[in-house]
Amino acid sequence: MNKRRKIIEKIFLIYLPLTVMMLFVLIPFVWALVTSFKTPEAITGTEISLLPHPAVFDNYIKVWKTNKFSTYFINSLLVCTAALIVIVLCSVLNGYALARFNFKGKKLFMLLLIGTQLMPVIILIIPLFVIFKQIGLINTRWSLIVFYIAMQIPFNSILMKGFVSGIPVSIEEAAWVDGAGRVKTMLLVVFPSLLPGIVATGAFAFVSCWNEFMISFSFITSQDLFTIPVALKYMIGEYTIDYGSLAAGSIIALIPPVCLFAYIQKYLISGLGAGAVKG
Amino acid sequence: MGKKKLKDRSLPYLMILPSVILLLGIFGYPILKVFMLSLQNYNYADYANKGFAGLENFRKIFTEDTVIKESLVFSLKWVVSEVGLQLVFGMILALILNARFKGRGAVRALALIPWAVSGVLTTMLWMLILNQSIGLVNQLLIRFGSMPGEVPAWLANTGLIFPSIVVIELWRGIPFFAITLLAAMQGIPSDVYEACDIDGAGKTARFRYITLPYLKETIVLTTLLRAIWEFNSTDMIFTLTNGGPVNMTTTLPIYMLKTAVVSGNYGYGSALGVIAFVILLVFAVLYMKASRFGGEDNE
Repeated sequence: MNKRRKIIEKIFLIYLPLTVMMLFVLIPFVWALVTSFKTPEAITGTEISLLPHPAVFDNYIKVWKTNKFSTYFINSLLVCTAALIVIVLCSVLNGYALARFNFKGKKLFMLLLIGTQLMPVIILIIPLFVIFKQIGLINTRWSLIVFYIAMQIPFNSILMKGFVSGIPVSIEEAAWVDGAGRVKTMLLVVFPSLLPGIVATGAFAFVSCWNEFMISFSFITSQDLFTIPVALKYMIGEYTIDYGSLAAGSIIALIPPVCLFAYIQKYLISGLGAGAVKG
Repeated sequence: MGKKKLKDRSLPYLMILPSVILLLGIFGYPILKVFMLSLQNYNYADYANKGFAGLENFRKIFTEDTVIKESLVFSLKWVVSEVGLQLVFGMILALILNARFKGRGAVRALALIPWAVSGVLTTMLWMLILNQSIGLVNQLLIRFGSMPGEVPAWLANTGLIFPSIVVIELWRGIPFFAITLLAAMQGIPSDVYEACDIDGAGKTARFRYITLPYLKETIVLTTLLRAIWEFNSTDMIFTLTNGGPVNMTTTLPIYMLKTAVVSGNYGYGSALGVIAFVILLVFAVLYMKASRFGGEDNE
């Protein structure tokens, strides 16, 4: 009797709401994937098919070659990777300084890190456009790289501070006793133990840069330099939208962040709990 | 020994120096520049009259501009409904994901994926669901008997656009709330619950008297933070509706974007930026206060 009640309770309190929630979360992904393999006739036809038949790969070939997603993919990859290297480097330095030193102005620096994250990008677009234009950065990859670095340093530094705090000071002290200096200790002792944190931070930074739209949309004008989000935006700006290509382009754009998310996910819960802020 | 100490004292400054310079250059100086530009007539459509205009832009905003009022009202409506609903559903999802059931690890990973999806991609995925002619929802409606000519235009109808974009943003926003609440729930010591079980308290009482008080701080911080982000967010609405139909979904940042980037009126756009900055400053101060930033210990 009691056992039966428990099972019923579990169904109504856990499995039923969970199923609804999972359908809500997953259907958009599944439907985009299904659509990306359909022919144009199957997409516009009234017959709903949950599995594409015939399943074709044409949309991917078209979006990759004709819509030049091969170029945009490389553009995104170049910009994100270049930014990522500097972001990780700066975050390690900031994180170490924040976790291991007490210095005057530490609070002010934290205020700068948190304050810049609350700032809407949109306010910055106008003055940055004017400034970047004066120094000839507009419509170059550098404009994006420089901005992405600045945009990502605050969150990743706070995240890195948490990772550095997790390494026991005693192992550093042991190295000092052996006569190693701060810098040598950092390179030989701290850096290796920090590796998982560095990979997590790098993944976070990459996903955020990969997804960025507003700055890329505002600063890049020549099509050859478009990043993937901007290219997708222009695909729906066209008069007749090719939904098959759109779905295929979306799936291509989704692959890197979703794959990296699998790795980030386990750090996400503890990382956000540690007081790092980022939506 | 003394030499090492001196080196140690300057080391943290050397470490943060590159970031400080970059952040001041990319965030600090431009903010000053926004204030300067807001006092100028700087419009590509009226470039001949470029120059200092005093408070003219602000006078226009407060006396002539009707869109600003609409956009402020919509921004408020948008932030309140999004944050409120995300909190409720995020809490439900976190409670479920915190319970014990088979396959919890996989379900957790899957349920949180939308967090990694950008605003632009959210638009793309949901267009395929809600588009009037090819969208999944309308195809299902037709399958179950609606006439093809009568199915609703979820993304163009003035009565449907608001609920549509609210649901779409919820899809992307719930995971963030769920993640932060779940993290906080895992920090609640289990013996508190055990004591509660001995006292014979029901599930509702457990939630009301243990879970909720423990989560209070997280709820306040996440809500404030999310309010700031929802206020700032532009990607999804801009790519999906472009602020339309008839400015119905124009938030203040989207109005700013359209004024400055699309129409080239930098002076007026900057004045709007100053207003957005002041509104956000209030939220930011509240957030800093709530997170006890000024306190003794900010670990």
